[in-house]
Amino acid sequence: MTAGVDMRAPLSLLPLRLDQVVFEVGTRRIIDGVSLRLDPGARIVILGPNGAGKSVLLRLCHGLLAPTAGTIAWNAAEVAGGARRQAMVFQRPVLLRRSALGNVAYALKLAGVPREQRRERAVEALRKVGLEGQGRHSARVLSGGEQQRLALARVWALRPEVLFLDEPTASLDPGATHEIENVISALHAAGTTTVMVTHNLGQARRLGDDILFLHQGRLLERTPADRFFKHPSSSEAATFLEGELPW
Amino acid sequence: MVITRRTLLALLAALAAFGAQAQDRFITVASTTSTEQSGLFGYILPIFEKKTGIQVRVVALGTGQALDLARRGDADVAFVHARAAEEKFLAEGQGVRRFPVMFNDFVLIGPKGDPAKVAGGRDIVEALKKIQASQAPFVSRGDKSGTHMAELDLWKTAGIEIDKAKGAWYRDTGQGMGPALNTAASMNAYLLADRATWLAFKNRGDLAILVEGDKRLYNQYGVMLVNPDKHPTVKKDLGQAFIDWLVSPEGQKTIGDYRIGGEQLFFPNAGQAGV
Amino acid sequence: MNSVADAAGAAFGLIVVADPKLVGIVLLSLRVSVTAVLIGCVVGLPLGAAIAVNEFRGRRALIVILNSLMGLPSVVVGLVVYLLLSRAGPLGALGILFTPTAMVIAQSILITPTLAALSRQVVGDAWQEYREQLRSLGETRLGAAPTLLWDLRFSLVTIVLAGFGRAASEVGAVMIVGGNIDGVTRVMTTTIALETSKGDLPLALGLGFILLFIVLALNACAYVIKETAQRRYG
Repeated sequence: MTAGVDMRAPLSLLPLRLDQVVFEVGTRRIIDGVSLRLDPGARIVILGPNGAGKSVLLRLCHGLLAPTAGTIAWNAAEVAGGARRQAMVFQRPVLLRRSALGNVAYALKLAGVPREQRRERAVEALRKVGLEGQGRHSARVLSGGEQQRLALARVWALRPEVLFLDEPTASLDPGATHEIENVISALHAAGTTTVMVTHNLGQARRLGDDILFLHQGRLLERTPADRFFKHPSSSEAATFLEGELPW
Repeated sequence: MVITRRTLLALLAALAAFGAQAQDRFITVASTTSTEQSGLFGYILPIFEKKTGIQVRVVALGTGQALDLARRGDADVAFVHARAAEEKFLAEGQGVRRFPVMFNDFVLIGPKGDPAKVAGGRDIVEALKKIQASQAPFVSRGDKSGTHMAELDLWKTAGIEIDKAKGAWYRDTGQGMGPALNTAASMNAYLLADRATWLAFKNRGDLAILVEGDKRLYNQYGVMLVNPDKHPTVKKDLGQAFIDWLVSPEGQKTIGDYRIGGEQLFFPNAGQAGV
Repeated sequence: MNSVADAAGAAFGLIVVADPKLVGIVLLSLRVSVTAVLIGCVVGLPLGAAIAVNEFRGRRALIVILNSLMGLPSVVVGLVVYLLLSRAGPLGALGILFTPTAMVIAQSILITPTLAALSRQVVGDAWQEYREQLRSLGETRLGAAPTLLWDLRFSLVTIVLAGFGRAASEVGAVMIVGGNIDGVTRVMTTTIALETSKGDLPLALGLGFILLFIVLALNACAYVIKETAQRRYG
């Protein structure tokens, strides 16, 4: 434990480097030779038509799937079995049948936070997402928007370096979507790098600095958001932007 | 949540502690369904327990099974009714000594319609011949019980090789006395039963006693202590105390006192020689 | 028709006078079967959950075996436990043949595969849904099993009741290892078998009604608790 590594200021997880990553299911190639580099502080949005491989790319980065070929390398390897320094928010959050507070505390327990600190940190995280009044309510009876905010509170409590978001507002109404976006912005402001898949172009504009455009498993372009929406460099992206409703 | 889990564990521990609770002064008696189901034990055991403080736990099986149970050392005393099997048990060194206790008799039960025309006679062998000749349905215990062994002996006496004569008319049930009676009642069949179980039996349907009183229907009960030299866990003193009581004047009188509807079921004969 | 009416009458008569002998038999039945269910849960539920969330060689074979064991005849279990606990058997020195403990052991063995197989199914289905989220949070497979068991507690109630039903209704195993000794190991089902032997069919059926009623009452309680809790926890 004392072998020269300062445990209080561990090496940053980022940058993340993907090199010629391929992912196949059977004979179908879902991700086809993607290479990219993810630096700290970025706000990445991944766009692309259905079936482009966006969600799979997120899962590969997050470690839920293993690539068929190529490498995915973090700047500092995560310790096996240790607390995770990255997190993910899914389109439909899986919440346990316990209180909202209990759900956050559970994530803290897995992250190795001592029992006596969990409650305080969980309460704090619930406050950040505006659920301070619902701490004792069962997570499963919250509304869809509240459930997603709870999922974000769970993430907040963990203070990850990187957060992956897979269409976090796809099944929510505009009001709830707005609240979720505020939380994501606040998380980024607090120092978390965010990588998000969305179909909502307005959301991509609001929450993305860099756009990754994925098409049939291949990364066609990586462009700053303001330029991407005016002058995408690939014709596929131009077609995609014309087809999508602009908000 | 934590509290719930702890409560569950505590509950579990409490229930697990239920195990076999104390009652050291007990013996296990391997006996037959006739003595249990006729209600004899229900009558005499409380009297014995009150006098001695020894609890008698009866496992009621057919004679063959009861003796096998004793052979494995799972009983302290065997109380059965098949003399030949009992003597074999003694010869194997499994039992210490056999004491005759009481007798009753077997009766031939059959439908009141009596298709084989056996009613009224006293000769059981003649009756069995008629049943076989007329192919009237007959239910056999088929379970190596004392009653089953007695039935097989009677077929032999009648000169009928039942293994060969068996047909659709002869039903091997492989069951206890009660289930065999239930079967006979539902198919209006003949069968050999011990009188005690018959008297205590309630689901008679159309059945009645058709032949009784033949000397060859005599049914002797004997009791033996399981050999402690062979099975060290046998409770020698408690078991012998039970046997001594059964053959004592008091035990014999108690057995003779048991009645169903005014009718005596078992006839004590501990003092009698050669039974 | 008549015998059913007689049976109802017999059952009613026994309940009204709270026949002390019957009360003892009912309590012993509950004690034996509830203890067996608790033991079965302690072993079977974690086993089922572990099989559900882990991948290992022989997993499919194990699942098939467990599913088959749900149909294990109670007489076979009784016979095996008898041979183990008999004085002549390997565990004969314990001297617990023909005691309630022996009955608990037999029933535990009888229902553990049922509890494991059914919980394997329920936990396995949930694992498909939870898997990514739990792995994302850093949960290990070892840790996922208890987490899922606790999260599925309301669904597991039904499984536990199925186990209890099997334990409380079986007669083959307790008859052999208990010996149906009056006042010591006589339970509801062996009493019913005995009364049937004695040809007292109305009494036997009446006892059957009481057994049914007890199982029904337990199920009703569990159902209400489950529904209420489920409404609260979602």
